Amino acid sequence: MALHNLTLTQISKGLEAGDFTSVEITQHFLDRIEQLDKGDNGLNSFITVTPEQALADAKAADERRAAGDASTWTGVPFAHKDIFCTDGTLTTCGSKMLGNFVPPYDATVVANMKAQGAVCLGKTNMDEFAMGSSNESSFFGPVKNPWNHETIPGGSSGGSAAAVAARLVPAATGTDTGGSIRQPSALCGLTGLKPTYGRCSRWGMIAYASSLDQAGPMARTAEDAAMMLNVMASFDEKDSTSIEQDVPDYTATLNNELAGKVIGLPKEFFPESLDGEMKQAVMNAIAEFEKLGCTVKEISLPSTDLAIPAYYVVAPAECSANLSRMDGVRFGYRCDDPKDVEDLYKRSRGEGFGDEVKRRIMIGTYALSTGFYDAYYVKAQKIRRLIKNDFVKAFEDVDFIMGPVTPTPAFKAGEKSGDPVEMYMEDKFTLSCNLAGLPGMSIPAGLINGLPVGLQIMGDYWREADMLNAAHKFQQVTDFHNAAPQGIE
Amino acid sequence: MALDRSDVTNIADLARLAIAEDNIGQYQEELSSILALVEQMNAVNTDDVQPLAHPADAVQRLRADVVSEENQREKYMANAPAQENGLFLVPKVVE
Repeated sequence: MALHNLTLTQISKGLEAGDFTSVEITQHFLDRIEQLDKGDNGLNSFITVTPEQALADAKAADERRAAGDASTWTGVPFAHKDIFCTDGTLTTCGSKMLGNFVPPYDATVVANMKAQGAVCLGKTNMDEFAMGSSNESSFFGPVKNPWNHETIPGGSSGGSAAAVAARLVPAATGTDTGGSIRQPSALCGLTGLKPTYGRCSRWGMIAYASSLDQAGPMARTAEDAAMMLNVMASFDEKDSTSIEQDVPDYTATLNNELAGKVIGLPKEFFPESLDGEMKQAVMNAIAEFEKLGCTVKEISLPSTDLAIPAYYVVAPAECSANLSRMDGVRFGYRCDDPKDVEDLYKRSRGEGFGDEVKRRIMIGTYALSTGFYDAYYVKAQKIRRLIKNDFVKAFEDVDFIMGPVTPTPAFKAGEKSGDPVEMYMEDKFTLSCNLAGLPGMSIPAGLINGLPVGLQIMGDYWREADMLNAAHKFQQVTDFHNAAPQGIE
Repeated sequence: MALDRSDVTNIADLARLAIAEDNIGQYQEELSSILALVEQMNAVNTDDVQPLAHPADAVQRLRADVVSEENQREKYMANAPAQENGLFLVPKVVE
């Protein structure tokens, strides 16, 4: 098998068995990035590739292994979404505003992976400041979906998704504020997991909406996602919202039996308007779980339709506060010849931010302004409570909640970029998880017109191990996760 | 709520965002349609509902009041768009 078709787990085992060195496999993936990611026909899934650093890290990993000090991750290549601060390496968050920003420190997730000797190949493209569902808002250009170059890869972690789907890296980190791991994973045929809020440290992860943001793995299999979450997750004193909870070995329980588990199907996730083929793909996947011994139960999450309106208050409000630090003074873009401080702030921000970011900052500023705070922000937080209560009640009776990740497979580039509200509808099945702080994942559930679609699995708080177990058992009896885009085999 | 042109310029001003005169109309339209979407929240009565700020209803952890950061001034200043003698340079603020 070609090296790039190996899964993360297989690469880890291959390094351990001495089938290849870290330098060899790192060079192999760097060559693929060079061939498939660059130029007019390239995917544009990377903003920055760091070949010299990667090869130096790979060499160090090989030496560490020779010294008998290797872990599962030592020498294993992967990529970081360009939202994670990397000491000494450009970190743009997909924005002109941070087009020259070289962080003076590593994010905790970055440090966790570095400590294991993992080899980062570069930083992946993304929607600007993680705001988008199509990867069309990146200052560094859109990313192509490897399944069909005319379509979008999803967003905001679209570069990570495209890179993994095209076998340019075996796995990549992502972040998910309203679906930014699950939606691109679904549209590119990957296994992606957004953990419980507080599971992975947000320290050094450039903030979009702080009460919703969560980092997580994007990989080809549940087994690989488990291997990745093992190192990404940690309690962190430096993140005041990190929750002190032991990190289990997520790979240890992958093969547990599913017999007797109850799957809830929320009727709000299967509206009359749902695409027939999408519904069929999801129900076919659910049927596989029934064969594995699960039972299915119809449930209701009555506040589901309120997730979009509540999210588009909470997220913009928090982003307007978070992005106020981009002022052209201490780091990032500064306009030419400011005539005074006010002009410096306004033009640096006006020129440095793209359209979608400006829209969300303005919505957030309005929602938080005097006289409107209760009507918008407090109201949205109350809706969040209702959404959470729906889930808490549902999980009294079921182990998992399942449904579609997206309304349709990947749409064509440019199709929705002219209408923000239509673009927001893309997130209708993923937002409620973030508002409630629950873990959610997407696993491949087949193809519609040659494009992948995902099955969403949601679990109760801190049930990532159970979700990965369910996904792994599913992938033992199905083949959807092994499908590759044409020309990639 | 539909915004008028002066609402848009007022919001942009509060957010310290320079926007071109020609784009105000487009912002007016887009922001109004987003607010119309958001106002679907009003269909639900939430009088007796407690707002949710943290999904786990957690409160901020406190830490000991000790120095936790080492001095890395030069490293931090390396990203400054303009500086002099280790200080950030901005246009004159006080006349």
